[in-house]
Amino acid sequence: MSLRGAVTSDHQLARLLQIGIVLEEVVEARAERHLETLMAEESDPHEAVVALLEEAAAESHEHRERLSELIDDLEADTVAYEEIEQLVRERYARTEPEDFDDLLYDQLCNEETAYKFYDDLIAAIEASNVEFSIDRSRLLQVLREIRSEEAEGVEDVTKVMEEYP
Amino acid sequence: MNTADQYLRAIYLVQLRDQGSAATGKLADALGVSPASVNEMVGKLEADGLVEHEKYQGTTLTGEGKQRAREVLQTYCILERFLVNVLDVEAYREEATTLESVIDETVAERLDTIIDRPAECPECFDVEAGRCTYLEPPTAD
Repeated sequence: MSLRGAVTSDHQLARLLQIGIVLEEVVEARAERHLETLMAEESDPHEAVVALLEEAAAESHEHRERLSELIDDLEADTVAYEEIEQLVRERYARTEPEDFDDLLYDQLCNEETAYKFYDDLIAAIEASNVEFSIDRSRLLQVLREIRSEEAEGVEDVTKVMEEYP
Repeated sequence: MNTADQYLRAIYLVQLRDQGSAATGKLADALGVSPASVNEMVGKLEADGLVEHEKYQGTTLTGEGKQRAREVLQTYCILERFLVNVLDVEAYREEATTLESVIDETVAERLDTIIDRPAECPECFDVEAGRCTYLEPPTAD
C-alpha cells in the first residue's frame, strides 16, 4: 500500500516526526542487540558486519537528534523522548535473541522500512498546502538528507550480504 | 491507504457486526458516502475479484478481499495501539485515522514490534467502539 495522504497540521507533522524517532530508536536498539549477540557468540566476527551494526546504531542516533530538533521548532505537544527510549529498550530487553530475524536480513528490513517512511513523509509534506510553523524548505531538506542516508544504508547492507552470504 | 482499501475494511467491519452480507445503505452510512458511490466502488471491487455482490442481498468479501481487508484493519489496529501504549494519546482513534493515510503497512509492522497486539487481531476489533476490545484507552471514553 502506498501513501496517498497529505500532512494537514503542525500536530500531525509532529506526530509523524515522533514516529520517525521511534523507528530510529527501534533500529538503534535492534542493531545494538545484534551486536551484543554477535560478540557473545562469535570469537572472531566479521569486521564489516560489526562496522555495519555500529554505523547503523550511530546513524539512527544522529537521525533521532535531527528529528527532535525539527519537533522542537513546531508548535505541538509531544511525549518526551526519554519515555520512548525507555519503553523501546525495555521491550527489546525482554526479547530473546532467537526472536530476531537473521542479523543482516533484519538490518536490511530496518533500512528499507526507514527509507519507505521518509519517502512517504516527504511526499505527504509535498502534497500539503498547510503552512507549518517550521520552515518548509528546511524541513524537507533535513528529511531528504535522512532519506538519502537510509538509501545508502540499504546499499551498504546489501553489499555486506553479498560478501558474507 | 487508498479508497478501495477503505471500502474493503468497511465491508469487513459491517459483515463482522451484522454477521452476514453488507447492505449498500449500511456501507454508505459507515463510509459517509452516497449509496450510488458505494455501488460504483463495489462494481470495481467485484471486477477485481475482491467482493461478490447480490442484488437485494448485499456485498460479501471473497477470500482475497477478506485477506486484504484484514491487513488494512491490522495496520489501523497497530496505529491505535501504538498511539495508546507508546505515545499515550487520548484522541487515538482520530489520530490513527489521519495517520493511516501516511503510514505504510511495512512501517506499521516495525511499530508492531514494540506493542503487545492480541494474536486474534483483527477479529477482536469492536466495531461499535472503533477499537480493539482489549485496548485500554488512556482515559475513560
